[in-house]
Amino acid sequence: MSFSDGDAVPRVVIVDDHRLFRSGVRGELGDAVECVGEAGDVDSAVQVIGETRPDLVLLDVHLPGGGGVEVLRRVLAQHPQIRFLALSVSDAAEDVIGVVRGGARGYVTKTISGGDLAQAIVRVADGDAVFSPRLAGFVLDAFSATDAPPVDPELDRLTQREREVLRLIARGYAYKEVAKELFISVKTVETHVSSVLRKLQLSNRHELSRWATARRLV
Amino acid sequence: MVSAPGPGASWSRTSDLDGRTPTRAATDGSGDRAVEPTAAGPPRLTRAVDGRLLGGIAAGLARHLGVDPVVVRLAFMALSVGGIGVAVYVALYFFTPLEETASEEEGGERSRRRGRDVSQLIAYVGLAAGIGVLFLLFGGVFDPFLWFLVFGALGGAILWRQANPAQRDEWMSSTVHRAGRRGLTRTGAGVLLIVVGVIGFLLFQQQLQEARAGLTFAFTLIAGISLVVAPWIVGLIRERDQERRERIRNAERAELAAHIHDSVLHTLTLIQRRAEDPREVQRLARVQERALRSWLYQRPADTETTVSPGLERVAAEVEEEHGVPIEVVCVGDCDIDDGLAAMLRAAREAMVNAAKYAGSDHISVFGEVEAEEVLVFVRDRGTGFDLDAVPDDRMGVRGSIIGRMERHGGAARLRTAPGEGTEVQLRMPRIPQL
Repeated sequence: MSFSDGDAVPRVVIVDDHRLFRSGVRGELGDAVECVGEAGDVDSAVQVIGETRPDLVLLDVHLPGGGGVEVLRRVLAQHPQIRFLALSVSDAAEDVIGVVRGGARGYVTKTISGGDLAQAIVRVADGDAVFSPRLAGFVLDAFSATDAPPVDPELDRLTQREREVLRLIARGYAYKEVAKELFISVKTVETHVSSVLRKLQLSNRHELSRWATARRLV
Repeated sequence: MVSAPGPGASWSRTSDLDGRTPTRAATDGSGDRAVEPTAAGPPRLTRAVDGRLLGGIAAGLARHLGVDPVVVRLAFMALSVGGIGVAVYVALYFFTPLEETASEEEGGERSRRRGRDVSQLIAYVGLAAGIGVLFLLFGGVFDPFLWFLVFGALGGAILWRQANPAQRDEWMSSTVHRAGRRGLTRTGAGVLLIVVGVIGFLLFQQQLQEARAGLTFAFTLIAGISLVVAPWIVGLIRERDQERRERIRNAERAELAAHIHDSVLHTLTLIQRRAEDPREVQRLARVQERALRSWLYQRPADTETTVSPGLERVAAEVEEEHGVPIEVVCVGDCDIDDGLAAMLRAAREAMVNAAKYAGSDHISVFGEVEAEEVLVFVRDRGTGFDLDAVPDDRMGVRGSIIGRMERHGGAARLRTAPGEGTEVQLRMPRIPQL
């Protein structure tokens, strides 16, 4: 099933501890998604997601009861097919890297416009990854520290092409513009980004976690 | 800190607090106690200005030797019994230079401290008079009675000092552990001296035999009372700790509340008042967001000498001036040299152009520090323009961006087309670090 064709709209659960923000997002997204549930803390989020089985969960990073990472851990153990898009006011590296390594397929900040958010939701619901410019910058930074030899070269290094794609995303290019710039298709860009996401989630590079904690800044 | 100050007094409060902390620490460590001995060795012998009672000799000597002034003062007093102490004091007074007064910044704080502690002076004079009387009574310096009396008096003095209000304040302060341990040794020394004094006095009076029964009774009584009182005292100490913790927490909460009040509430008020001007509202919100972020994730102030925070600072300035949100992403970091400083100025010019002319609702800035060169991209999604149509004499792009980069050995490229936005690409080679 593909949501990008417009055949169906993704069923979404919004998890955020600010009710005002939840209703704001709901209003902004309008008909682009079908909002099937809301939750304000970890326990109720796990419950609502278990009951409604949405296509996608919009997940706040900071939540009472253990944070977004805890929701990811508990839901993905039972429903690995559910996709998560992290949404946060925080740009802190440890938050971003933490939630992506916890299983989210994308990370956007709450300043994102409604249209961009809808686009990101469709993309993640289709199984692709969504990288904000800042997340792309973080990944480039984390993977560029090459003091230690990689444990698993396939997972611990970015290819030249992946690097180019990330660099363009960090420069503020949309996927379509990246594709045009590199003379490749949008699908190929998505493949590269998904591959980077996989590396980010699976790599055991110790620099990655060390880097994220060392950079406790915006 | 990278961000520009928020509206109103958002930063003055924190800096005020920051400024107050060391002053308070200084007050805690002030008075007539010794200055902390530093790694640079003992300071030159001078007459102290701070915490002096008479001429500042004892305080100065104590600082020089790294001991407590009380010790020096009592030593002088003991010597004075024979008259030598007075002579030494007077000689030192004339031959020792007065301490050079350090910075006058602390103004009132210092002048307050410079005043002599009259009550302490009276105490010493009283002690000296007492010793003199005893000297007359018992006759002769070597009378053991006198020495045991002196021991007892010394112990008593130390104990009394322990209980003075300034000391108690220090106990209550957050540096309780160090001060507490030092206080404990002092109390122990005081008790020991008194006990030695009392026993010695009795012994030499040949009254120990008679006093034994009384002493046993007294000790039993004291032990009994201690057993009864100890739990209560322990409870009191716990309560005090609890209270102190509560106070620290309250202070933190008050600081946070003050900060929120000065920054966030202030901005929210401004936003309500300017609600009809969306651009201004957005600008205010961004400025406040930035200020709050850097307050929360406190970035060390000295890092502004490197490219990444430098770029963010430039972006913050432009954003504040022109009200267009700028997102900065930076990969890697290095120190700013002349070429990179020029690059930051060129980047700033590019951001200003984008904010003023592009009509874009947001600008992306990406900086990348590589092994050989530093790259900066400033991109907007605005109107763009036809590069060929720009006359040669337009200073903005050619002079302040391309020219500036080339003069420093770098390069600048411009990519734009009507309707497709503009991207300025800056490239500056890195000078290898020696």
